[in-house]
Amino acid sequence: MRKTLPFALVTGVGFFMLVQYFIPREEFEIVYEWSLDWIIVIGCFAMLLGLWSLTMASVHKVQRKTPGWGYSIITLAGLFFMLFVGLYPGQASLVRGSIFMLLFEYIYIPIQATMFSLLAFYIASAAYRAFRARTVLATILLLSAVIIMLRLIPLGPLSAINQWLANFILTVPNMAAKRAFWIGVGLGATATALKIMLGIERTYMGRD
Amino acid sequence: MKKIKSILFSFFLLLFLFNLSFPQESSDPRPPTEIKAFDTPNDNGHAITVIWKLSADDGKVKNNVVAYEILRSDSPEGEFEIRGMVPVGENLFEDKGAKEKKDKNYFPSHKNFYYKVRAKADKTFSESEVSKPAFAYGQWYHTGKTTVLAGVIVFSVFALAFINLAKKGKELYIRPLAGIEAVDEAIGRATEMGKPILYILGLGSAEMIATIASFTILSRVAKKTAEYQTPILVPCYDAVVMAVAQETVRAAYLEAGRPDFYKEENIFFVTSMQFAYVAGVNGIMLREKPATNFYLGKFYAESLILAETGSVAGSIQISGTDEIAQIPFFIAATDYTLIGEELYAASAYLGKEPVLLGTLKAQDWGKAVVIISLILGALAASFGFQFFLNLFRVQL
Repeated sequence: MRKTLPFALVTGVGFFMLVQYFIPREEFEIVYEWSLDWIIVIGCFAMLLGLWSLTMASVHKVQRKTPGWGYSIITLAGLFFMLFVGLYPGQASLVRGSIFMLLFEYIYIPIQATMFSLLAFYIASAAYRAFRARTVLATILLLSAVIIMLRLIPLGPLSAINQWLANFILTVPNMAAKRAFWIGVGLGATATALKIMLGIERTYMGRD
Repeated sequence: MKKIKSILFSFFLLLFLFNLSFPQESSDPRPPTEIKAFDTPNDNGHAITVIWKLSADDGKVKNNVVAYEILRSDSPEGEFEIRGMVPVGENLFEDKGAKEKKDKNYFPSHKNFYYKVRAKADKTFSESEVSKPAFAYGQWYHTGKTTVLAGVIVFSVFALAFINLAKKGKELYIRPLAGIEAVDEAIGRATEMGKPILYILGLGSAEMIATIASFTILSRVAKKTAEYQTPILVPCYDAVVMAVAQETVRAAYLEAGRPDFYKEENIFFVTSMQFAYVAGVNGIMLREKPATNFYLGKFYAESLILAETGSVAGSIQISGTDEIAQIPFFIAATDYTLIGEELYAASAYLGKEPVLLGTLKAQDWGKAVVIISLILGALAASFGFQFFLNLFRVQL
């Protein structure tokens, strides 16, 4: 029963989703939208589980004094302080100028922007590794990258030739590879869906 | 003086007669004709399509039509209300409304409506005849998706046939994937080093196919880590994903006969904010120094930051995603990458169960059908066989 009921649910809902794609009737749309609403409802309840999980994981680290346990104290302090400020009675938290929004705008957003900015440096180091001309294929990759990058820079009389080459690379070999990728992904996704709906793949339910 | 008066009189008389010799044209544009209203095909039953023949003054003769207004009433003599407007030169309008009764723009199905079209000039207009009644109703089959249905049926037949063959014991060859073959080696390395394995399911939600594929791989990896007694850490971005991951790992440990070794706190929620999650996971990488990092699932801009940090931490890294924009980053920064469909196939590769391998063979045959269709399509387009090309058109 522990596996039969979830499997019946997965198969039933899976087949319904497949069938409703081909039936544009209102009744099917309503059930489809209702199912999507359920995802949101489950997500909201699961957030409580998430909060509990984060709290317990951090508490365990502090209790056991695992390496870096100080960060767990900061995590817990930040979590509960934001909860307190956000839920403090008699004060709207999601309005401009509230303490909650000030913390969000002037602490959280700049930290997030800083993390995102790191990407630029990581791209440079990854590009250095990827573009080393060690093999024929790596050399082709390097040349293609140079042509694509130079298309944004004025090169005098060479601009027209470089532009043509860049467009060719982007619209012919690059596009062909992308389409091959998407076709493979489409078939793979269909195969995975079929395996799950037919109950061939049940590892996510606890059966190997 | 008299002569001048006589000349002026003659001039105005002639002008008057000249003007009379031509019929005075009205500034009203001529009305649209042949108006037809019918249920919009392949919809949920809350729309009617109206078509008409353009006014004779649309773009020619008087050339004074500026737009068409479409009016609707529930009786031919009733009061017509404006439902919309289309620019000059267009002769189709879809009168579409909401399906919810409480919505202001509710469009009832199975109710007769009458339409007329108004050709508008700058200050005047003229109206067509009233159309025959039409009512909207939902269809039981979307004819525009027949190609998709055929594709699903063909693929399912392939899959079932190969699964059946596999069940009967026929050996199916599948090409080896370096990323999959490295999984055992990566887990063994972690065991030898006495360090944990970090498994990242990505930023996808639990219903995404890439995340589902990742759960199946997690199950196989967790079973091996349970056998080797190597800790596995799964920091999650989504709370639902965390709940499923906990259940998956717990079941894998049970399957391996080591439920006592399972630690729920190792599969934990971090945050649902993208870069806060990255910061948290990077911290874990640099503090715990995991021997192996798995990045399997849906990844976005954080992919490279994670993979580069893992590289700095000295971990062996296996990645896989169906996000095409992140594939180059993973290839550059990780040791092995599962590209697109290989992520979905990984579970079958790791399990080596015949029925799972059957679907992999079906994928190969599906690709063969696609390649043949592409060649035939290119030939059909080159030689003008429109019929063949139309077979592949999908209306969404």
